[in-house]
Amino acid sequence: MIALLTRDLKLAMRAGGGFGLGLAFFLIVVTLVPFGVGPQSGLLSKIAPGILWLGALLACLLSLDRIFALDWEDGSLDLLATSPLPMEGIVTVKALAHWLTTGLPLVLAAPLFGLLLSLPPTGYAPLVLSLLLGTPALSVIGTFGAALTVGLKRGGLLLSLLVLPLYVPTLIFGAEMARRGVEGQDTTTPLLMLAGITCGTIALLPFASAAVLKVNLR
Amino acid sequence: MGLNVSNLTIARGGIKVLEGLNLSLAAGQALVLRGPNGVGKTTLLRTIAGLQPPLEGDITADPETMVYAGHADGLKPTLTVEENLHFWASVFATSNIDAAIEAFQLDALRTRPAGALSAGQKRRLGLARLLVTGRPIWILDEPTVSLDVDAVKMFAETVRRHLGQGGSALIATHIDLGLPDAQILDVGPYRARAMDPDDFDEAFL
Repeated sequence: MIALLTRDLKLAMRAGGGFGLGLAFFLIVVTLVPFGVGPQSGLLSKIAPGILWLGALLACLLSLDRIFALDWEDGSLDLLATSPLPMEGIVTVKALAHWLTTGLPLVLAAPLFGLLLSLPPTGYAPLVLSLLLGTPALSVIGTFGAALTVGLKRGGLLLSLLVLPLYVPTLIFGAEMARRGVEGQDTTTPLLMLAGITCGTIALLPFASAAVLKVNLR
Repeated sequence: MGLNVSNLTIARGGIKVLEGLNLSLAAGQALVLRGPNGVGKTTLLRTIAGLQPPLEGDITADPETMVYAGHADGLKPTLTVEENLHFWASVFATSNIDAAIEAFQLDALRTRPAGALSAGQKRRLGLARLLVTGRPIWILDEPTVSLDVDAVKMFAETVRRHLGQGGSALIATHIDLGLPDAQILDVGPYRARAMDPDDFDEAFL
């Protein structure tokens, strides 16, 4: 398991591995927004939590189809499926590797990008906390989508259509928490809901992902 | 330890390809599968390896004793030869990769990224993976594709040594591997009968 994780991280860091791709995409989305809505800092700081969450979500989506597609193409997925590793473990490690290479950098870079959108000072801690709690769910749900579409040629669009609706609860509570933080309100309720969604997906979805992956490998 | 397959019926894409197939493989034995393209050799091997369920019949073998090698080698182009083998070694909870490197003469290529290898070198690395897994039953699908004459000899020698150590191998191939003791099974006669057109109509009545 650890070998699979270190291999995936190593592959992400090497040429063509796609590390930092999501981060660069996030940066571009965030810098494009002020061009789109105009430079009124009052308006920007109002929509900043939503934009940051939406940007993080889209950046996550961008790298989902790599989770299994590359391993499927070169045959490693067949070999992993016949190896001693349980399929549930494989999909969990894959989701973890995706989060470490995509979700975690987004969480760490979010304060910097908040600055670009003139996020009020009270908003930073809730924003980072909400992303920290929410992005693991994005990776786990995305891994499920990637398992569903593995083996489809150019399944990226289908993957987005399948996964985006499943991202809605995470987005609602994540953005709500960040927004309440900006306005100085209590963030306990959205925080608990967000944490609950994340824990639920981590507990249940790996089994579903493993099952669909087994069917797709036939 | 061993592999027994009885009265096996398998399907590919919902269509029966082989039915009523029996085979058995004991320690130290090699079994070569033959048959024309599309007859279902790959499907048979994938079923035995546990990648897909059979329609009917039994496969008695401990999945923990088998290692499967298909058409694709499962190599990561940006990892080096050594890193690729180390990865598979740790997945299968073994650690020694030197024997595998030696058996397929990959010593000079150790630090070369797998993406920079030729097709035959990649295949040799893919076959070297079998040795690092330390599993006794090898299930090989066309292992000699893109290998040159010397490399085929190298492979046959490795299989012979593996059999000598009590391992076994189930190999689908079209060429003569030079394994004199290997049994040969032609899967052609087990081809599933095409659906009778009369029955086909009746199925809708």
